[in-house]
Amino acid sequence: MIPLQHYLILSAALFCLGLYIVLVRKNAVAILMGIELILNAASIAFVAFSRFITPYGAGGIGGLVVPGAPAVGGQTFVIFVIIIAVCEAAVALAIILNIYQNFRTVDTDQTKGLKG
Amino acid sequence: MVFGDLIYQLIFYCLAALVLGSALVVAMSRNIVYSAFALLLTFFSVAGIYVFLSAQFLAVAQVVIYVGGILVLILFAVMLTNRIKDVNLSNPSIPPYIAAPLALVIFAGLVWMITNTPWNSVGLQEVGTINDIGNVLMGKYLLAFEVAAVLLLGALLGAAYLARRIKN
Repeated sequence: MIPLQHYLILSAALFCLGLYIVLVRKNAVAILMGIELILNAASIAFVAFSRFITPYGAGGIGGLVVPGAPAVGGQTFVIFVIIIAVCEAAVALAIILNIYQNFRTVDTDQTKGLKG
Repeated sequence: MVFGDLIYQLIFYCLAALVLGSALVVAMSRNIVYSAFALLLTFFSVAGIYVFLSAQFLAVAQVVIYVGGILVLILFAVMLTNRIKDVNLSNPSIPPYIAAPLALVIFAGLVWMITNTPWNSVGLQEVGTINDIGNVLMGKYLLAFEVAAVLLLGALLGAAYLARRIKN
């Protein structure tokens, strides 16, 4: 059996790699990849907590706690995280394509139309 | 039994190494097409980690949505925003003298927190099936479900509006 801490350390490492990508990259699409890695790290942590910590019987239907219903709160939250990630990717890529049409580049250092 | 446990742990740590290794390629590659394909491997291995956590529905959703949807979108964006001739140095970075120590310090802090917190872990819990997820989505979290539907509609309209070609 793998202890909870190993899942959390994996999640932390993935989060830090995503953070590093967001900080270091110049290409806007690459920055978006870093954000996806951060979201995946958060999802792993959510599912791990849901698997190891949420007590049996905390699930339920219609706001009622049903004894014996397994808790799926963490997994449900990850479904919403995936929905948000899809929306964010679609809108962000549309914005990036518009930036490319205007500047002919997606380098975030060269898109400084607002800088006087 | 012990041997089976060993194989189980071996597969888990191989998957974890695959997640981190491919994420490292995403972070370090000088070609953005290689970064995108390493991201594919990362998403697949994260789906494997979900299987280890007994979240089969999430593993399938991860493969279908991330690999089939988001990654294809990202590849489209890569192909549309890079002229093919300068594709071999298409993923520039700033020097990592500040960002790398910052990320390492945050990682060290997180590991310290994870190893020192007395987690109230009660062992492996009952596994929620797709049946339970459906019940919860249609009951306890119905409002969030509907809001997510409106958000998806808004994102659909917004992306189509932003990406349209302006004729003048």
